[in-house]
Amino acid sequence: MTRPATFRSPIAAGRPPVRLSGPDAQHIAEIAGGVPDPELPMVSLTNLGVLRAVDVDPDSGAITVTITPTYTGCPAMNTMAEDVVINLRAAGYLDVTVRKVLSDTWSSDDLTPKGRQALRDNGIAPPATAATDRTAESAPVACPLCHSLDTEQLSRFGATSCKALYRCRACREPFEYFKVH
Amino acid sequence: MTSQAATQQAATPQAANGPATDNTSSAVDATPTAADSRDIAEYALRLGDDALVLAQRMGEWVSHAPELEEDVALTNIGLDLLGQARALLGYAGSLTGRTEDELAYFRSDLEFRCAHLMCLPRGDFAATIGRMLVVAAYQWELYERLSESADEALAGIARKAVKEVAYHLEHARMWTLRLGDGTDESHRRMQVAIDDLWPLVDELFRTDELEQQLASAGIAVDSSALRGPFDALIDPILADATLTRPDVPPAAGGGRHGRPSEHLGHLLAEMQVLARQFPGASW
Repeated sequence: MTRPATFRSPIAAGRPPVRLSGPDAQHIAEIAGGVPDPELPMVSLTNLGVLRAVDVDPDSGAITVTITPTYTGCPAMNTMAEDVVINLRAAGYLDVTVRKVLSDTWSSDDLTPKGRQALRDNGIAPPATAATDRTAESAPVACPLCHSLDTEQLSRFGATSCKALYRCRACREPFEYFKVH
Repeated sequence: MTSQAATQQAATPQAANGPATDNTSSAVDATPTAADSRDIAEYALRLGDDALVLAQRMGEWVSHAPELEEDVALTNIGLDLLGQARALLGYAGSLTGRTEDELAYFRSDLEFRCAHLMCLPRGDFAATIGRMLVVAAYQWELYERLSESADEALAGIARKAVKEVAYHLEHARMWTLRLGDGTDESHRRMQVAIDDLWPLVDELFRTDELEQQLASAGIAVDSSALRGPFDALIDPILADATLTRPDVPPAAGGGRHGRPSEHLGHLLAEMQVLARQFPGASW
């Protein structure tokens, strides 16, 4: 199957923008949100949808960056937090605290369209349906290389919590699939 | 905690990826609610200890699973459970002035609050799948309800965990069908697995005064109310897998009240040895 000319994401992406408060918050959010995911370096924290808030104390200038994990056991969380601090320090922001929260809960719908495209461009199939879709398990997954829908699951679990292993029957290439979650 | 708990025997591929530079940071930062915080901490310990001990059991499968994909699957499931344990123990600790590591590594078996089912040795692959089926079904019913908890921290953990255990349940269901309705030998082993663990199932659904009080405040879930939905979920799976649901009296239990499984001490000895021998160690 060739890729249709009007290929569009089936997911209505659109979590409300990152919550910002205090002076310089927009600029700080761009730096913090630009940090790449350590396991998926093609996707920034903003495009992964895990950056939740940037709050700057107007008096002290203290910065609180709020992030949320994709999976509770995600071992990349500590590295993400460290990278946020390092990147903000490099930009001259020294008083930074990274807060980790579980709510509101991350879902794979929080991936931005840019994040989905970045996954696809790097050979990882993005989630095939919205997280609320009950047919998520049976939804066909398009091969990120040849775009065929004739693919099969090899393993429900992959190299990281967020991915499963698939194989394309058309082009015979194995690929990773970013799971609906 | 990820690095230490995981590296003893349970070196998950993810945990091995990089050195944990900060062993003291918690998995999540949460704000407690106003209800009796010691009761909530005790409740969170029960759920967290279940997840922690089972995570350790899953980790024991590293490099021992029947095939590579299953090795990855079992350790990923262990990692999910470890994440849930970190969140729950971190929250319990925040209410009582202890860190998640203190709770994981410096309590004795008498101070753990996990159900005996979690402590059973991992056994063969059928035993692991049988336990995963029962525990995931129980946790799925539990976390779905706990997602509505009046305690925002518990609700947040549950909303996250419910999606993860749904995946564990589906994985266990598929294997139960494959093994139960498979060869004579796989059927025999799967039935033995279910028979062996079944006396320990009842403990998951016992409630007590502490849980009842928290449940009436909308914070906890009444475990006894989960038995019906659990049976409705499990029975068709056992039937489809041509397995016989055991009819056996329940074991005494007591894991929630400081009467631990005989297997817990051995598990803790392995899980805690490094932290106890080198307190404060980091790498």
